[in-house]
Amino acid sequence: MNIHQHRGKVWKFGDDVDTGQIIPGQYIPLTDPHELAKHAMEAVAPDFAGQVKPGDVIVAGRNFGCGSSREHAAKALKYAGISAVLADSFARIFFRNAFNVGLAAIPLENAGKLLLPGQQVELDIPGGTIRVLDTGQEIKLPPLPGIMLEILEAGGIIPFTIKVIGQ
Amino acid sequence: MSGLTITEKILARAAGKEKTVPGEIIDAAVDLVMTHDHQGPMTILEFSRLPVKKVWDPSRVVMVVDHRTPSQTVRASENHRAMRLFAREQGIDTFYDGGAGICHDLVAEQGHVLPGMVFVATDSHTVTAGALGAFATGVGSSEMAALWARGRIWLRVPETVRVRLSGQPDKGVYGKDIALYLLGLVKTDGLNYKAVEFRGPGLPMVSMDSRLSLCNMTLEMGAKNAVVPPDQVTLDYLKGRAGQPYAAVDSDGDACYADTIEVDLGDLPPLVALPYSPDNVLPAGEVEAGGVAIDQAVIGTCTNARYEDLWVAAKIMDGRKVAPGVRLLIVPATRTLWLRASTEGLLDIFVRSGAVVSYPCCGPCGAYGMGAVTGEEVCITTGSRNFVARLGDPRARIYLGNAATVAASAVAGKIVDPRKYL
Repeated sequence: MNIHQHRGKVWKFGDDVDTGQIIPGQYIPLTDPHELAKHAMEAVAPDFAGQVKPGDVIVAGRNFGCGSSREHAAKALKYAGISAVLADSFARIFFRNAFNVGLAAIPLENAGKLLLPGQQVELDIPGGTIRVLDTGQEIKLPPLPGIMLEILEAGGIIPFTIKVIGQ
Repeated sequence: MSGLTITEKILARAAGKEKTVPGEIIDAAVDLVMTHDHQGPMTILEFSRLPVKKVWDPSRVVMVVDHRTPSQTVRASENHRAMRLFAREQGIDTFYDGGAGICHDLVAEQGHVLPGMVFVATDSHTVTAGALGAFATGVGSSEMAALWARGRIWLRVPETVRVRLSGQPDKGVYGKDIALYLLGLVKTDGLNYKAVEFRGPGLPMVSMDSRLSLCNMTLEMGAKNAVVPPDQVTLDYLKGRAGQPYAAVDSDGDACYADTIEVDLGDLPPLVALPYSPDNVLPAGEVEAGGVAIDQAVIGTCTNARYEDLWVAAKIMDGRKVAPGVRLLIVPATRTLWLRASTEGLLDIFVRSGAVVSYPCCGPCGAYGMGAVTGEEVCITTGSRNFVARLGDPRARIYLGNAATVAASAVAGKIVDPRKYL
């Protein structure tokens, strides 16, 4: 598997998960992503940070990441081990922040209905598929804008910008 | 071929193109960027990973300490110090230290954001500045670090939704109520990725303070940017403020809109958003009928702590007292505004009524050093967000309203329609 193929468990959340639920405001003065990761989803899912494993994915409903522009939210999830967030829709700043820190955010209509909490899944981002290992079901993912894939493949906007400046 | 909207025109200019179309991805030059002490420290850290030593143009960079000030922790003080040192090293003169005010209010009040500009900042409420006829949108820290290096950003050109305002608002009805009305209509993701353009015969009835408030809350609808075509209200506001010449941009008569929403301002009552979403909206009068007792009332934040808000709050508080058992916290948005409110006696009225007047900062928007509420308590605020746990305890019930509604509710001890107090 390359760095954009992942295997892990589905964590499920609802609609309008705002960035304050992803990382509460009290932790914003922190800049170390590993420290932020310890508090990911703390206010709404206190067990999350302790139990999440590398490769796990978040599946959510509409408007994931609404509210504040804090990049801390995307970083907290990435450094907690989350490989991708699949949601019916995203708030735009979280969507950008996710790619900018090297976390895939994939809009998938009915994500919340197609994938169930606790299911083991295998995600192939360049291939555009997610496979439910328990059932063998394969779900096609919508294509992402080219620039976002380039940023993700570079590992985020900082390594991407280093490349751009170098050219 | 159809014409262009303001947003499409500004972005075309920034991308060095004759025109842009919605959906197109462009590489845009930015005119102004801003960061604050919530995202500035992380931006500085990310910038240090880049192979450049200097920001592309220090005269286009604004930095503001507003979120965690006055500092209550060593960590916040370290963040502020890092920002001060960075500004000094980089020759960034437009550095506003703690107490100057809330970033979105400062960039407007101090004449940094001007019509036709592309303004990008590390805050979701950057959309506020669209009230001045600029393209203004929010990003995160890493993206700002890349912007500091290059002065350019990739953007997807948004479809524009037009909101046509008509009629004249009733007393006690402000920009906040237009925003809450729209939120009730389109919901929290109804304008996701869209540009929202406010125009129409009702626009001259909407003050600049109300326009800033209205544009501010389009973020809660998911908007990428909000924009108001510059008119006499804009020109009057900018007189004596604008730091440099500017060229106002307006949409072409045959511009293409993804949708049009009609709002008759005369139909709007003061509105209130109920827990736990800004789109959960009812007329203040209906909430009043339900009998919602409050523990805390807040007039502050980048949504509603401008002159218009302080003025109407003082009009209501004059000769009245904050109800027993209620705490009213008033946080004027900027130092300039604080001084004006002081000179005109508004702050005296607040303090005599039993309110607490704080120095300018973002504090009560997210309980940053002030304004936290317990799980048993109810708060009404002029802020923009009433999400779960926004002010501390996840069980706390937060209501949103305009400054008149909050002031009148503080007097009544429960949420009320403010019009009978005016």
